[in-house]
Amino acid sequence: MSNPKYLLFLGCVIPYRLSSYEISARKVLAKLGVELVEMPEYNCCGYPMDVINHDLMLTLAARNLCIAEKVGLPILALCNGCFCSLNETNKILKEDKKLREKINGYLKEVGMEFKGTTEVKHLIYVLSEDVGYERIKSAVTKPLTGIHVAQHSGCHVLRPRKYVGRDDPENPTTLKELIRLTGAECLDYMDEAECCGNPIIGVNEDVPFQMAKEKLEHVRAAGAQALITVCPFCHIMFDINQPRIERAFNEKFNLPVLHYPQLLGLAMGFSPEELALNELRVKPTELLNQIR
Amino acid sequence: MSEIKSKVHEYTPPVIKAEELDPKFKYKMSKMHGAEKIMACFQCGTCTADCPIARFSEFYRPRRIARMVQLGLKDRLLLDKALWLCSSCFTCVDHCPQGVEIAGIVRVLRNMAVAEKNLLPIVYKELATNLMKTGFVYEIPESRLQKRAEQGLPPLPKPNVGEVMKIFEVTGSASLLEKVQTFVKVESK
Repeated sequence: MSNPKYLLFLGCVIPYRLSSYEISARKVLAKLGVELVEMPEYNCCGYPMDVINHDLMLTLAARNLCIAEKVGLPILALCNGCFCSLNETNKILKEDKKLREKINGYLKEVGMEFKGTTEVKHLIYVLSEDVGYERIKSAVTKPLTGIHVAQHSGCHVLRPRKYVGRDDPENPTTLKELIRLTGAECLDYMDEAECCGNPIIGVNEDVPFQMAKEKLEHVRAAGAQALITVCPFCHIMFDINQPRIERAFNEKFNLPVLHYPQLLGLAMGFSPEELALNELRVKPTELLNQIR
Repeated sequence: MSEIKSKVHEYTPPVIKAEELDPKFKYKMSKMHGAEKIMACFQCGTCTADCPIARFSEFYRPRRIARMVQLGLKDRLLLDKALWLCSSCFTCVDHCPQGVEIAGIVRVLRNMAVAEKNLLPIVYKELATNLMKTGFVYEIPESRLQKRAEQGLPPLPKPNVGEVMKIFEVTGSASLLEKVQTFVKVESK
């Protein structure tokens, strides 16, 4: 099997405060034979600007797509938000000729043109569709037998169905399958498809904190030792904000939240240090003791 | 019981006056990308029932937003800060039996609130300001960039700030941002 090759789209929040996700993703992808090319001159995916001006979001996203078209490689996004805006813009502009002409009018000002020749993939679809379960399975040298975790795929890797159209948003199985390949058990829990709440934390903390608290309760009730995420925003909500949620509701969770490539990396024999597990806010001490 | 009774008496239903209604508003909305199917909403309430925000906020009700658009209550919609509580999880979009993209409608309304009422939560203005200045919505500190090297990560590609700024200008976003009045918090109950 030939080695898949992508332009890595890091976005903003990962280099800003979640390098643990980037470090672990690069480690496991390299070992799985995935080649990553640094994306030149990229800008924010556009997602956070959609609330201000839809054309602005589409044009910022399309500028990134044009770069990928020029390089001639598909985009690999680690962040659900980046995947959402880049994938959606790519599909919309491919289908809607009138809108494409309008956005190309803006892009002309920066000497670019959207042609519709690239593709956008999220990490979990690169792993499940392009790398394939067999290759991942054979790379697992230290199965995490006896470890029980739960998954939170996050909204934008699944919804809206119309633009993503891969996994079932009501009962997502891709991340679950990927977790099971590590040898760990992936437990079901109540309201698995519920949003983390992070997108509105800038205007209101009460609602997202209640949403995240409820999720943490459901994950704990299922008996999971850790929650597995594939989006920096979901991860911030459950890991970085966990102590604040604990204080707000006077409840103790102490639930480690791992980026999926960290879990996979452990099963592939990488050390916790190599996977930047020390950068997590909630330390996975017990989990690591059990693995060792 | 008495407590419930007194609450009932305190509550004054918001009376809608005919002159508030803009009968053309729904047609205008249905021409906007993402809001095309607003007329198909038959008020079943699936969106509100399944909305994770509505579960924890008394103010955010997607079905009500859809009905208000149909009625043409434009000013009430655009001035209501609850508009900014949608987390764009797209559950309403996936669940609507009529194919109405409620989250898309909310986004169109937010764009209108910015363009026509000059209203924007401050967090988005800050993100936009960073983006125009650096190409990213967060200003990544020098220490972070140095740490990347220590961690064995490749240097972050240098963004083309000039092109990003140009996009803000040609889409009219730069001038929109200049005149917006910002607010900090949105109450949820």
